[in-house]
Amino acid sequence: MNVVAEVAAWFADPANWSGSAGIPVLLVQHLGYTAAALGLAVALAVPLGLVLGHTGRGGFLAIQVSNIGRAVPTLAVLTILVLMPPPFQRSTLSALVAFTLFAIPPILTNTYVGMREVDRGAVDAARGMGMSGLQVLRRVELPLAAPLLMNGVRQAAVQVFATVSIAAIAAFGGLGRILTAAVGGVGGTDVAQLIAGALVIAVLAVAIDALLALAARAADPVARARRERSSSRVVELPVDHAGQGGLA
Amino acid sequence: MIVHAASGPQNCLVVNDWVCPLYLQTRAEPLLAAVREHLYLTVVSVVLGAVLALPLAVLAHRVRRARALTLGVTTVLYTVPSIALFFLVVPMLGLSAATVITGLTLYTLTILVRNLLVGLDGVDAEVLDAARGMGLSPGRMLWRVELPLALPAAMAGLRVAAVSTVALTTVGAIIGYGGLGTVLVRGLSANFHAEVLTAAVLCVLLALVLDVVLLLAQRAVTPWRRTA
Repeated sequence: MNVVAEVAAWFADPANWSGSAGIPVLLVQHLGYTAAALGLAVALAVPLGLVLGHTGRGGFLAIQVSNIGRAVPTLAVLTILVLMPPPFQRSTLSALVAFTLFAIPPILTNTYVGMREVDRGAVDAARGMGMSGLQVLRRVELPLAAPLLMNGVRQAAVQVFATVSIAAIAAFGGLGRILTAAVGGVGGTDVAQLIAGALVIAVLAVAIDALLALAARAADPVARARRERSSSRVVELPVDHAGQGGLA
Repeated sequence: MIVHAASGPQNCLVVNDWVCPLYLQTRAEPLLAAVREHLYLTVVSVVLGAVLALPLAVLAHRVRRARALTLGVTTVLYTVPSIALFFLVVPMLGLSAATVITGLTLYTLTILVRNLLVGLDGVDAEVLDAARGMGLSPGRMLWRVELPLALPAAMAGLRVAAVSTVALTTVGAIIGYGGLGTVLVRGLSANFHAEVLTAAVLCVLLALVLDVVLLLAQRAVTPWRRTA
């Protein structure tokens, strides 16, 4: 059996690219879930992490949330939510709640740790210049914590993407459907489809991670300043302008 | 399940309570079997991961070219969702427990290699100089100096790997080898609240117990850090 040829044939089959179970529809579903949950998690976890980090309290909480998050299986949370009474059940709400829950721990911990690792000297200097607490947070701590914060968002994005793939086991949408359909099919297990689905998910996850790694680099004010000083060529890159809001 | 509703007294199984002692009594046997399978899949994967991670990390630590390659491959593997990792090995192993173990092993490997490397990199250069000055061979230096000093970081990685693997093992349910994950999926399709919640709680408990066991092991093998 030539698996490679069969997988190629699966990708070439137009039937796998159309309809409600086609790759485009599942992909849009998958990315939609990922983006929505990530956005929600950022909106919740970043302010909390900034406040905890700024005041220096609650570090224990941030670390514990992260540890417990690792121990709770995605599948368990999804299954419990599906069996909950309305408005949960098998709804978009259940999916969003589960995905957001899994995105919060990495963002919260990284934001907190990023804030704590900001040079105390820089904070003291900013205070000495007469900056208020909020100004210190916005103009000194946040830009310096940005690389770690972005790293947390990157971890969360990859994690949510993986979680959405698993959600298909609990009969949610997304690219995981390709896998569950391949295992649960009438004609036995479709190995070619399994590999194809796994490939699509794997390649996309790596691509998302790489994209966010670039974004994280762009958000690092120290590295950016160094780049701008050492070569003027880098300034022409569009990514360089994207993250400058924090410093302005 | 609804089947019970027609007959029998009003017990927690009939009304489908989330918390049901009767469920634990009557289904203890299959539940324990699932816990055993879960533990087996997890422990085998973590042990295999650790056995493979050690030479890889040492190689990456010693040889410059191996380092970039190892870090690159483990980063990509870590990024690939576990469910995809499982199925990419299906052509070699079919739908078996070995498929799940291979997927989980690859996953733990990525965590363990990185942590071991951090530990090895963190060994004080002066300590290495002193060891070299005492005439230790590279092999003895590795076993007697570098690895013991890298142990705390390695053990921290082992704990993260073990806890994550307990959670990830549930995904094996998709091919029927998921330990408590299989119970979860069965409970979901039967709309059986007690079964789902029990399996979920057992998963978390299993992770916590493994974490505590490894924490104690960490203290036992690094007695010099106990005061810290």
